[in-house]
This record gives sequence, structure tokens and C-alpha cells, in this order.
Amino acid sequence: MSRTWIDVAYLVAAVLLIVGVKRLAHPRTARSGNWIAAVGMAIAIGFTFLIEEIDSYGLMLAGIAVGSVVGVLSARAVKMTAIPQMVALFNGVGGGAAALIAGSEFHRHAPASGGLEGELLVGILFSAVIGSVSFWGSLVAFGKLQELITGRPLVFPGQNLFNAALGIVLVALVALTAVTENGLWLVLLMVAAAVLGVLFVLPIGGADMPVVISLLNACTGLAAASTGFVLHNTALIIGGTIVGASGTLLTVMMGRAMGRPLVQTLFGAFGATPTGGPAPAGAPTNGASVRTASPEDIGFMLAYARRIVFVPGYGLAVAQAQHDVRSLGELLESKGVDVRYAIHPVAGRMPGHMNVLLAEANVPYDELFEMDEINPEFPQTDVVVVVGANDVVNPAARSSPGSPIYGMPILDVDKAHNVVVIKRSLATGFAGVDNPLFYDPKTVMLFGDAKTALEQLVSAVKAV
Amino acid sequence: MNELLVLELTILALAIFVGFEVISKVPAMLHTPLMSGTNAIHGIVLIGGMLILGTADSTIEQVLGFVAVVFGTINVVGGFLVTDRMLEMFKQRRPDEPDGE
Repeated sequence: MSRTWIDVAYLVAAVLLIVGVKRLAHPRTARSGNWIAAVGMAIAIGFTFLIEEIDSYGLMLAGIAVGSVVGVLSARAVKMTAIPQMVALFNGVGGGAAALIAGSEFHRHAPASGGLEGELLVGILFSAVIGSVSFWGSLVAFGKLQELITGRPLVFPGQNLFNAALGIVLVALVALTAVTENGLWLVLLMVAAAVLGVLFVLPIGGADMPVVISLLNACTGLAAASTGFVLHNTALIIGGTIVGASGTLLTVMMGRAMGRPLVQTLFGAFGATPTGGPAPAGAPTNGASVRTASPEDIGFMLAYARRIVFVPGYGLAVAQAQHDVRSLGELLESKGVDVRYAIHPVAGRMPGHMNVLLAEANVPYDELFEMDEINPEFPQTDVVVVVGANDVVNPAARSSPGSPIYGMPILDVDKAHNVVVIKRSLATGFAGVDNPLFYDPKTVMLFGDAKTALEQLVSAVKAV
Repeated sequence: MNELLVLELTILALAIFVGFEVISKVPAMLHTPLMSGTNAIHGIVLIGGMLILGTADSTIEQVLGFVAVVFGTINVVGGFLVTDRMLEMFKQRRPDEPDGE
């Protein structure tokens, strides 16, 4: 088919992608937006098969078959709770693809001396570096969310110096690749970019991972757009750039929702290195005591409360206890209790993650309250039940300037009359920070797995 | 500077503005699905992989192209499906709609 018709098809595809993203940004149209974008993508892929220069299809079809099987299986099999790390992986392979395309195009053009004119070279170098950073950075983000790597910020002595040196090496390798047009330097450049990607994500705490993945998502978009310049393909330029631009904006919005300036999220750990694990002021020492209570006592307290607010966190998600919290909520409502759910913007592992989980358990929409709506209500709340949440209810974020989470907006559960915390242990949360709430005199702890604990509470309330 | 490059830069500049404009005010609830959806869209890099694999004239280009196609396909297919799974959860609860229950 003539190139003109291919480009017309790409134009149609680009329009569908843009309409898709626009619809994805609104609750009512989001799902159809996703499918409109998918149709646009299918058109772009389908017409690419018809490009005249393409002369071999076997490997291409095999590759698409393999990728589809892997994609379908992993998207189907992944648990709702593990979706954030899945997104990180999908993002990483996209970045990896961009870097590989850069490598292949370099190999194609480099042998003829002077074969790499300026724009081609710039495009190749850009996709290679950004693609590689995105691939390796996403793998580390995956490792952190999957808890293969500690969620705590990882820093080592002399890191700032090392980073500066790495920067110089990168610039030198870019120059060497450009001047010599020797593939060896390009390979080394990608390795250096890989180290950069790993070192960029390692020092960032697990709780900030969503913002990092969003940023890497934007990076992959730009790397894809850059391959569009290398291959002179408008669909790649438009698709990649839209993700790069909207992804950057989304990253900023996420940072704002978490109340943390982007710069602090991304580079916060570097400044904190010398103190060696900052001890949050007012953090409990070994002398502080924790109150525990039996499920029966707590059930009694719940049954006679007028207003209860549940604060679901990642612990609930891990234990798959969203249905149990719903049963407890329904039971209490039948006893005339005013039941609400407070959703922190980053409850779970990502913004919106907890909404998805509770929606799955059929919790009514109008019982879910966002942080800004529910915070003024806590002083009039009889009991707050924190289920497997930690960092998002940590008062240290309000009161301890030394704490790594200082400044993060939290749910002010400590202002309620009573607080029940359901938790497996006193271990720190994802940000690795101790929580003074647990040592508050009006807090009682119920240790155990969220699902088991909620089941115990259901039978305790029934018995009242 | 050649004509094609200028044309491509024009597309780039316009696409940047479109990318900023299409998402203006997004509720926090949709941050994750939106990230995941745009994540699927940069899977368009797949067509780059198809181009280099389909025109490859050495083994190394074939290998790089093949892996790029596999990666790109995973990005596209997995990305759209996982986004749909997330959004499916929102669909069922809309108190003002008569269906359900």
C-alpha cells in the first residue's frame, strides 16, 4: 500500500489515541476511552503490516504471538493488589523496546561512514539512554513493590560523588558514540544509562513508587517518540509525545495529591544520607506501651458507636479482606451506626487503588470519602477502625519535621474519640517510619491478619 | 535542516500541547488507571519494532527487532487489558443508575 494511505491510517489512529486519553481522564467515560485507544492502536499496528519496505513477516508474527500470550496471561493472572508493579513491568518493556530499536538502527546505519546524520544520531542516542533508564528503573520499581528489594530508601556513602561521576561518564560516552560511530560505545552508553536508572529509583522510598512509575511512564513515551524521529514514523512521534506530555502532567498531579513536591520525592533521600536513618522526633522508644484489646471488647465498642469511619490500607488489600470490611460495615449499619470509609489519596499502593478494591466488594459509592471531605469529621467520630494502614495515618507527618514523611497529608484519625488499629505487628509501614499513633492512649491494637481480625469482629458484633 | 525534520518537529510541538491539554483535572481515583492507559499507548513503540524487524538485513538486527516486538506487544496487550480490569471495577457502582441489584 502506498505510504500516503499508511500515513492516513496513522492519522486516524492518532486521533483515536487522543480521544481515548481524553475519555480516560473522566470517570464516566474512562472504560470506553481505554477501548477507543486500543482500537487506534490496532489500526496503527494493522497498517504497519502493509508498509512496502517490510519483506519478512515470519519472525514478526512470532514475536507478536509471544508478546500477546505473555501480555494476556500476566494481565489476567495479576491480583488487583499487585497491579501497580504490573504497570511498572509493562512500562519497563516499552522502554526496553525503544532502546533496542535505537541499537538496531545504529547497527544498520553506522557501517557506512557518515551514515548517521545529525537528527538520526540524536534520536538514536536519546532513545537508547532514556529507554535504558526507563527499563532498568521500572525493574527496580517492580522489585520494590513486589518486596524483592526493600521499600526503604537505599543510599550508600559517597553516592552524590558517584552520581556526579556517572553523569560525566554518560556525557563522555554520548560524545564518543557520536564521533566514532562505533557500536561498542553505544553499548557502554546503554550500560551506564542502566546504572543511572537503577540508582535513580533505589534511593526512593516504596511509598513514593507511584510517582516514580508515572515519571518513568512519561520517559518511555518520550523514548518512543524519539524512535519516531529515527524511523520517520508519525504514529510513533504522536503516540509517544502524548504519553510524554500527559504523563509528565500526571506525575505532577500525583505528587500534589500526595502533598509532596516532586523534587523532594525524587531527590529527598540524597539530602538525608548523613543522618543515617533519621529518628523521627517524638517517636516511641522501647519504653512506650501499646494497648491491645480482645475482639469482643472492640465489637462492643463498635456496636454502640454512633459514627464509625473505616480507614482501609494496604494490609486490607494483601489479606483480600475488602469483602469482610464490607460485611462488618453492613452489620453495623443494620444496628443503626453511621458507617463511612475514608480513602487516602494513596491508600493501597497507588492513587485510586483502594477505590478499585472497595468497588470490587460492592461498597456503596456514597460511603467512600476522600481525605479532604472526611478530615473535618474525625473530631465527631466515635471510633476509627484502621485496617492495615500505617503511613497514611501517621501523625508524625504533621508534627515531626525530622520525619521522612513530614508534610505528607494524612487522615487525622488521632482526632477521633477512639482508634482501633488492626495490624499484623508493630512493624513499620512502607515508608519505614515508626508510628506514634499506635502508642496514643486512645488507641487500641488488634493484632492479626486483617481478614481474620475482621471476621472475629463480625462475630463479636453479632454477639452483642 | 531538511523539510521532513521540520515537519516532524511541528508534529512534536503540537503533540506536546495536545498531551497537556487532554488531561486537565483528573480525580485522584483515576490517576492509576490513567497512568496505566497511557502506559499502554506508548506501547506504540511496537510498530517501531515491527519496522526494524521487517526490514532487518543482519542477524543482530533480527534479534534486536524480535525482542523489541515481543516487548512492545507485551506493553500494548498487557497495558490495555490491565487498564480495563481496573476500570471494570468502577462500572458496577453507580447509585443513580437503575440496573444492578
